[in-house]
Amino acid sequence: MKIVVCIKQVPGTTEVKINPETNTLIREGIPNEINVLDLYAIEEALRLKERLGESTVVALSMGPPQAAESLRQTIALGADEAILLSDRAFAGADTLATAYTLAEAIKKIGDVSLILCGKQAVDGDTAQVGPEVAENLGWPHLTYVRKINEIGGQEVIAERMTDDGYERLSLPLPALLTVIKEINEPRLPGIKGQMRAKKAEIPIWTAESLNADPDRIGQKGSPTWVKKIFYPESTVTAEIIAGSPSEQAACVVERLKGLGMA
Amino acid sequence: MGISILNDKCIGCKLCVPACPFGVITVAEKKALIGDACTLCGACEPACKFGAIKFAYETGPAADLSAYQGVWVFAEQRGGKLADVALELLGEGRQLATVLQQPLAAFLLGSGIGHLAKELIAFGAERVYVADHADLRGFIEDSYTTVLTEMARAQKPNIILLGATAIGRSLAPRVAARLGTGLTADCTGLAADPGTKDLLQTRPAFGGNVMATILTQNHRPQMATVRPRVFCPLPKDENRIGETVNWNLAKTVFDHRVKLLESMTAQDEKVNLAEAEIIVSAGRGLGDQKNLCLVKDLADALGGVVGASRAVVDAGWIAYQHQVGQTGKTVRPKLYVACGIHGAIQHLAGMQSAEVIVAINKNPEAPIFKVAHYGIVGDAMEVIPEMLKELKKAK
Repeated sequence: MKIVVCIKQVPGTTEVKINPETNTLIREGIPNEINVLDLYAIEEALRLKERLGESTVVALSMGPPQAAESLRQTIALGADEAILLSDRAFAGADTLATAYTLAEAIKKIGDVSLILCGKQAVDGDTAQVGPEVAENLGWPHLTYVRKINEIGGQEVIAERMTDDGYERLSLPLPALLTVIKEINEPRLPGIKGQMRAKKAEIPIWTAESLNADPDRIGQKGSPTWVKKIFYPESTVTAEIIAGSPSEQAACVVERLKGLGMA
Repeated sequence: MGISILNDKCIGCKLCVPACPFGVITVAEKKALIGDACTLCGACEPACKFGAIKFAYETGPAADLSAYQGVWVFAEQRGGKLADVALELLGEGRQLATVLQQPLAAFLLGSGIGHLAKELIAFGAERVYVADHADLRGFIEDSYTTVLTEMARAQKPNIILLGATAIGRSLAPRVAARLGTGLTADCTGLAADPGTKDLLQTRPAFGGNVMATILTQNHRPQMATVRPRVFCPLPKDENRIGETVNWNLAKTVFDHRVKLLESMTAQDEKVNLAEAEIIVSAGRGLGDQKNLCLVKDLADALGGVVGASRAVVDAGWIAYQHQVGQTGKTVRPKLYVACGIHGAIQHLAGMQSAEVIVAINKNPEAPIFKVAHYGIVGDAMEVIPEMLKELKKAK
């Protein structure tokens, strides 16, 4: 079975803060890393491969040239191949254009039975690309998947989280699933994996390689665009309540009562 | 390229350099240079105090979108009960519809749910489109997408709003992709331009460090999802008049490729953090799993539900459903009490919009205090029992 995992290289948001003096964004430390939820998708793909045998795991990402580093990481973890979609023409893509591009690549890879994605990326936070890729391919999809119960030649049975609990559904293959953290515990790369990753060749596919419609990629292919970016106003200054625990408790409960919350 | 540095305005101050989340800006000979790896995210633009960073968009010829009229709200229902967020969106929809001078409609999908139309009208819908069919009983992406896109293509609404619930976040992108239109997720603010009829969609990015206002200028319908508790419903008025339109599904082809096998409600009591008004949340500062019972007691005393930081969930103290944060749930309760929570940026991203935040932490430098309204520097294990005593006194 061929399984594709879509990953994204994102800024390390732990390290992105606002400098209060200049009121600008500061990025410190490691600038880029694999989107954390994608690690769960990769892990699940690797586990399925181990379970099913005779399978390949292909990691796929659309991004600038440095995204190859994140793809290399997937090889270190155990992916068989990794492909980077990179082209100036892809830049500025919103989720629709990104999904179109990824879908075209998946068509080119061919013979794919399952696509796994992380629920969402921590920079955009939209959770849209997974379902939009599925729509572009005409495949069924599920989001918020916490478990893959069974997977066979024609069908996958999986559990997804809903607002009230969980549901178990069956989907015909090929299908796309976006996964949440509950699904597994991602492994760490071992020495062998890291050595493979060092030597791995990561092909770069461009708009031309995909024969992509220029009106559907990059900024041109994006119906949404950013009109304005601004820093949120930090309006909160905490009232720090001093005293002994019982004094602090009394004070805060009084505040809450005053607000009608206690 | 969509971005350029205006060299006559750039003085090489380097404020933009650390503002780039991807580290692609360098300064040479007092002029900023944007490297090839730029993703056009826009985070640098507000960092420049001299207006030297310019975004240029190729918007193409403006399409004629005047045929698209109406503000539509997806009336999400689960088990025959309308989701609160649908009513909240009608409240916001009312304001948008007024500015745009376009009608406000709700569209309701399900099986045996026709009676909900009255409630939608009472909460402000001028018209309710009802698609009632056995295949729409439970939420399955295929059937809902089919019906929704059929309705949108036929009726041409200008705007479609959906709740950013588990259903909304799966349905909206599928519909947007099928309609080939723009979708903005998790909007925290909406506004309408009466001239262009554009929807200005504001939302956080980069874990909430940055806010972006987004437009879907040349495509219709303009789609947006909004989280629960961001907007308020109109007061319920049973005297409101509205029209109910039964959508004809005779020609609709339902795909039965996806099957629902089993539906399970949450193991512990239903934890719907997204709709909770009061959340008491547990962090690693509590020290031990057994101390979670204090958090539960406080939640009970306040009439709220229990939330948790990622650290606590990862440590196996409590189920993932309780996790608040960027990789958990985003919540907007009236009251959020953070007990022994440090306040990592990913956690703050999930709760900083709460109306009132109380933080209890031993460390006065803990970042949670930056978003708290009331801060208690202390041991939650000592403070919470005292709070419980105080709360009992009131009764």
